[in-house]
Amino acid sequence: MTYDMVVIGAGIAGLTAAIYGRRANKKILVLESRTYGGQIVSTKSIENYPAAMGISGFEFATKIYEQAVSLGVEIKFENVMEVIDGTEKQIKTNQNVYLAKTVVIATGSKNRTMGLANEEKLIGKGISYCATCDGAFFKNKIVAVVGGGNTALGDALYLSDLAQKVYMIHRREQFSGEAALVEQIQARSNVEIIPNAQVVELWGEKQLTGVKISQNGVEKQLIVDGLFVAVGRVPENEKFANLVELDQHGYIIADESCQTGTVGIFVAGDCRTKTVRQLVTAAGDGAVAATNAIKYLNQL
Amino acid sequence: MQIVDENNFESEVINQKGLVVVDFNADWCGPCQMLKPVLEQLANEEKAVKFVSVNVDQNQGLAREYGVMSIPCVVLLRDGQELTRNVGFAPKSVLQDLLKGKQA
Repeated sequence: MTYDMVVIGAGIAGLTAAIYGRRANKKILVLESRTYGGQIVSTKSIENYPAAMGISGFEFATKIYEQAVSLGVEIKFENVMEVIDGTEKQIKTNQNVYLAKTVVIATGSKNRTMGLANEEKLIGKGISYCATCDGAFFKNKIVAVVGGGNTALGDALYLSDLAQKVYMIHRREQFSGEAALVEQIQARSNVEIIPNAQVVELWGEKQLTGVKISQNGVEKQLIVDGLFVAVGRVPENEKFANLVELDQHGYIIADESCQTGTVGIFVAGDCRTKTVRQLVTAAGDGAVAATNAIKYLNQL
Repeated sequence: MQIVDENNFESEVINQKGLVVVDFNADWCGPCQMLKPVLEQLANEEKAVKFVSVNVDQNQGLAREYGVMSIPCVVLLRDGQELTRNVGFAPKSVLQDLLKGKQA
């Protein structure tokens, strides 16, 4: 059996594409390696999506998931390993091989790590990539935030209400985040900004106990209970490098039509080359990618 | 999944013979809500393993004792001793691997 469309990734972009595909009466399969919803699931309260203010990321994702399922979208929890191009595309997962006339890649992005020894081992043991998820475990403790963008600044603000002390470690002199956030951070008495600095070592066996930083080439030690890493996100498109063109950062190259250079392969959401990566643009991409895929299918 | 708290943790978890999976979670945590049905499904299949749920907001002492600093956090114990744990959402296959070869 050949699907009209196989969507890789059940985040907001992927599920929206699937909904549009089903509403055009196409046979759709969504493949997801982890759980539906993607990145938004960790957000406690959504404040910037039209008409859905205050809804939790989990509830938002669940509603889209249920909508897709009720329309007749098939969703399988399998990990896609490879896609082979042809008039019929072969989608190989860790369990099966599926055939499809079109593919929508909507794999999103993941947290960028610092790339330090011990980092992975200490995740959940003092190292975190989500301040709003894990901040509550650091009440009255000493924490550090790494990064200089809006996410890092927002994390530091959030944590400064909970923790006894917050260090902000940033590799440049100036923050790249919004001026309003920077001003708020500077006004917090329990936040100490450490510019021109990088974390070079993580200490702790069972639990993070401290970090070594290098500031202007001088090494220092910081005793911290928690380290919140907010140094950006990276796509996970390596497995599609032979199928579609990637830019230097690993994003799949496509303009607002969501059409890649490979016929019948579309891309939607955060994994695409674009400037604004938001919930609403992910949904927008899903609709555009599916609509163009449907147009292509109807011409076959 | 049985809900346990600081009052009955010792009798329901520590003093249990065999394997116990403890799911540390909170109502406000999205990935925890995602993980719940996966664990429930697994609990139905793995009859020899006991599955319990601990709310970290209501049981901060337990969360501290087990060094829980990120949720969801699933801790696997045998005869009351920790064998291994998984932090963050995990699909069923990963949790199955966690249990593999650990039967009492």
